[in-house]
Amino acid sequence: MKDTVDRSASRLYGSVVESGVLVSKLYWEDFKPGRVFEHGPRRITREEIVGFAAEFDPQPMHLDEAAARETLLGGLSASGWHACGIVMRMCIDSFVLNSASMGAPGVDEVKWLVPIRPGDDLTLRSTVLETRASRSRTDMGFVKFIFELFNQAGKPAVTLTTSLMMGRRGDEARPA
Amino acid sequence: MKFFEDIAIGERAELGHHTFTAEAIKAYAGRFDPQAFHVDEAAAARSPFGALCASGWHTASVWMRLMVEHQRRDDEARRDRGEPVAQLGPSPGFRELKWLRPVYVGDTIHYAMEIVEARASNSRPEWGLITLRNTGINQKGEPVISFVSVAFVERRKA
Repeated sequence: MKDTVDRSASRLYGSVVESGVLVSKLYWEDFKPGRVFEHGPRRITREEIVGFAAEFDPQPMHLDEAAARETLLGGLSASGWHACGIVMRMCIDSFVLNSASMGAPGVDEVKWLVPIRPGDDLTLRSTVLETRASRSRTDMGFVKFIFELFNQAGKPAVTLTTSLMMGRRGDEARPA
Repeated sequence: MKFFEDIAIGERAELGHHTFTAEAIKAYAGRFDPQAFHVDEAAAARSPFGALCASGWHTASVWMRLMVEHQRRDDEARRDRGEPVAQLGPSPGFRELKWLRPVYVGDTIHYAMEIVEARASNSRPEWGLITLRNTGINQKGEPVISFVSVAFVERRKA
């Protein structure tokens, strides 16, 4: 199953477009293992890379083209923490703001596989791995995702595995 | 940075501290994590967090900043003593990132790291791989973030 998210339409209607059909807000029950959301492409600029690095990760491989060529990465590339921010923003724009997401208590694993370079066109694929109900709270459950950020060559630059806390359907209709 | 051979398991370093302002929290979140409780005080007050709080990615990114500054001070001290300085290479990733408590406006987070593992790189003989346990603790002594990261460190020339 593959769901395509149309950004312009989601901005207009405040809901996710999946295979051309508008759907309402997503709850825990809507996330089944194997469900896929795709988002992008989004171009990353040199200015963004250098701007983030100057603030949070001022190492030569993220700041300066000539110095970056001397490093293991072989050229200017985005900070791994910048890459995590990009994954976060793209999954927000993809479906999180249209869901009952209650955030995440952490991240299981992040792999920085291929450097992100200026001018890369990045696409995010979010795949549901598994879901489970919360033992302590009846109003939410966990949805485990793998987020894969691909470059324009189709290579995964970053993979991120995490479980989002997601509100369950029906809770909002219940009297307080 | 020390060379890989000189790094001992259990070594710990205080990296420094950082105070999170409302402006910085909203600026980061506006770019990367625009959920209401990270960008809007009034909406945050109605959220389960009860007040504006930093994106967890913001809290983690500040660790990186302080880590880079710590390494730079360490490198300068080594050069002043006439010692060689090893290169710190890129990181293949991290695991077990936990956001243990929200970071609210005005909170000061103290970051630290500890070496928990060191091994030679199979693919790159001139580099070793170190594993770090990283933590951030607020001004009340409560842990707010922890994660385990891996980085390449240069080995001494044989």
